[in-house]
Amino acid sequence: MAAEGSGIDPMHQFKVEPLFGADWSIAGHNIAFTNSALFMVLTLAGLWLFMLGGMKRQLVPGRWQAAVEGMSSFITNMMDANIGPKGRAFTPYVFSLFMFILFANLIGLIPLGVVPGVHPFTVTSHITLTAILAFFSFGIVVIVGFAKHGFHFFSLFVPYGTPWYIAILVAPIEFMSFLVRPFSLGLRLFVAMTAGHILLDVFASFVVQGLNAGGIGYGVSILSFIMIIGVSALELLVSAIQAYVFALLTSLYLNDAINLH
Amino acid sequence: MDLASAKYIGAGLAAIGVGMAALGVGNVFGSFLEGALRNPGAADGQQGRLFIGFAAAELLGLIAFVIAILILFVVK
Repeated sequence: MAAEGSGIDPMHQFKVEPLFGADWSIAGHNIAFTNSALFMVLTLAGLWLFMLGGMKRQLVPGRWQAAVEGMSSFITNMMDANIGPKGRAFTPYVFSLFMFILFANLIGLIPLGVVPGVHPFTVTSHITLTAILAFFSFGIVVIVGFAKHGFHFFSLFVPYGTPWYIAILVAPIEFMSFLVRPFSLGLRLFVAMTAGHILLDVFASFVVQGLNAGGIGYGVSILSFIMIIGVSALELLVSAIQAYVFALLTSLYLNDAINLH
Repeated sequence: MDLASAKYIGAGLAAIGVGMAALGVGNVFGSFLEGALRNPGAADGQQGRLFIGFAAAELLGLIAFVIAILILFVVK
């Protein structure tokens, strides 16, 4: 709709379509196996293979084990720095979160579109998935906070040492910012991935349209293709940074719940 | 002015917010580099804070992008 007539439809790549079983249903709900589900399964398989290859527990780690250990010690160090020794219990959760998001982002960037009939798909470019992950994190924070501190957890909304006349103003603001956390967490990942893929799709359309136009269009095609290479490199960086930011913010929110002031 | 042109103008105005967020993100990394070059020993310990600042600055640009998308595709 945004670019009618020009032939560019950058939103088509985000369409969730049933691959098979379009008429499967349980209690009136359609449970077709979609391309989104397929790429989640691929992410899981890639993650499983990666971890399986590195969990041989050799005394002198090979390359693969060193890669897995590097990843896990990266997250462990982050948890230790942000939460302290009490954060060790939540390290497996944050590690799973980080690795799943990282693998989903990277698998979505594989240019499968060059194979005819295969459509790449990024599961993290849908808020249905990222919001569920964010609500998991938020739910764990709330449950841990109330389990550890009881109703004293509400003192999270009043920073330590605030005079009462400031606290009346600060508490509603802190409460709102606490409630907005899961949305900002999920939204950040979803929009970063969506924006990058739209950008790649638009430049890819420029390449094709430039070739069709001929003349000066060839120059446009070459420039757009160079731009695609640059944007792809940027997207690899963004994939890693967004996975890291998600894990980092989860650990910070957990720190609020575990080490309440 | 008809609705379609107003929508495109609105989406274009929302895109200004994305550019502003770019200024913010650039400021975060630029200031970090400035400090890190003065005291390289302390730089590694501050990377967590660097990415918190990056995330906070970037979020507003992403929200501006969401507003642009909402204007283009959702507003009827």
